[in-house]
Amino acid sequence: MSEAATEKAVDTALEASEIKMRGTDVSVYYGEKRALFDVNLDVRKNSVTALIGPSGCGKSTFLRCLNRMNDTIDICRVTGEITLDNEDIYDPKIDVVELRARVGMVFQKPNPFPKSIYENISYGPRIHGLTKSRSELDEIVELSLRKAAIWDEVKDRLNEPGTGLSGGQQQRLCIARAIAVSPEVILMDEPCSALDPIATAKVEELIDELRANFTIVIVTHSMQQAARVSQRTAMFHLGKLIEEGNTDKMFTNPDTKLTQDYITGRFG
Amino acid sequence: MPEAHTVTSYDDELRFLVRRLSEMGGIAERMVADSVAALVNADTASAQRVISEDLLLDNGEREIYDKAVLIIAKRQPMASDLREIIGSIRIASDLERVGDLGKNIAKRVIAVHTMAQPRKLVRGLEHLAELALTQLKEVLDAFATRSPHLANSIRERDEEIDAIYTSLFRELLTYMMEDPRNITACTHLLFCAKNIERIGDHATNIAETVYYVATGEQLAADRPKDDETASMIAPEPGTD
Repeated sequence: MSEAATEKAVDTALEASEIKMRGTDVSVYYGEKRALFDVNLDVRKNSVTALIGPSGCGKSTFLRCLNRMNDTIDICRVTGEITLDNEDIYDPKIDVVELRARVGMVFQKPNPFPKSIYENISYGPRIHGLTKSRSELDEIVELSLRKAAIWDEVKDRLNEPGTGLSGGQQQRLCIARAIAVSPEVILMDEPCSALDPIATAKVEELIDELRANFTIVIVTHSMQQAARVSQRTAMFHLGKLIEEGNTDKMFTNPDTKLTQDYITGRFG
Repeated sequence: MPEAHTVTSYDDELRFLVRRLSEMGGIAERMVADSVAALVNADTASAQRVISEDLLLDNGEREIYDKAVLIIAKRQPMASDLREIIGSIRIASDLERVGDLGKNIAKRVIAVHTMAQPRKLVRGLEHLAELALTQLKEVLDAFATRSPHLANSIRERDEEIDAIYTSLFRELLTYMMEDPRNITACTHLLFCAKNIERIGDHATNIAETVYYVATGEQLAADRPKDDETASMIAPEPGTD
């Protein structure tokens, strides 16, 4: 249809300036076993990209390539190219620590440091040397906690341990911690799977707000969550990217049968 | 319906919607056919039966609403399933309206037959009803087979019904001009014709829904229309 063609044209026009990260022919091997097959996927600036697919499909593996988390696994080998603002992040000249400050990560289970709430947030900015004074650090802590929509809940107990918070609060604390070093991209690996529906709603609300300032990539097993929080969705299966596109279209009328079967619960 | 869901009770629930809708479709078809037959044969007993049958469609629609809402709440359907469920709700509404229109025709049977009426007009109505019934029948087939092509062709054909309705409208006006004693019967027949024409529109609506359920895309908004009665005026007495 002509409308679809126009949309496609707009899609392409956007690309050059709007792409934050780009994966080109990305393959990942764990020893002999190949986990990802020539994945080509763009991550758009200031948008939420959801990666979906059944367990073992490679979505988390791809996510972990985006800030070289796979480097920590000895037998893991990554081929192809991944760029951040057109810069190859696997270039030997790249400082991985700095990369991970630019591309932050939030994990499935909230994992605050066994330290105070304040320390949880201030640790990153301190080791990255982002602040000169205590007052500046205070400011970053407050700002990060505010952006993560948890400031009002913790402002009177900043010196209490982060592990004493509820699960949902801990996860928002971890998001605040990720934000504190001013990343450009935030990777989230099933950030709500250990949370109750109310805490999940708060994190989803937060993701939507964060989109204004950050680029977000989220792996989720909840189809409804992917449909709610993301603008783009990528569907993986057996290490291959099956389909990528506009989220609204993906969940009402996907192009491939595999996606259709997966999101409607007809798999296998 | 395509392949089975991992959760089999989900399939049972979707099948329930399809089964209930095809039952409603059968009842709606019968009501329209019977009401027009009652009109033609002045059969008030049959007309009464049609009137009482309308309740079946009202109940069917409600049952489909309840079930559809429950499925959405329980399963959070996606893609083709979601379209299927939303489509069921819409089709149930259309079929319920078709039943109302059939019932309305049946109600007029008594009034129309208080006086003699031109056979030719009744035959015209019969023809209109045949077309509308064919549309209804085929659109139910299109739904049963999820055929977008059939759905599209049904929608294109609504034009025919509109054209015949327009010519009936014109004829009825003429009869009324000729003899004011025709006015009561002709007015009722005019409503009957309008009801049948509306049944065609509902068949068109269902065709559009079937197309959307099957393809995920909407048919273009503008469809062929040949109903000119909205701007029609009675000829000056004595002319023509």
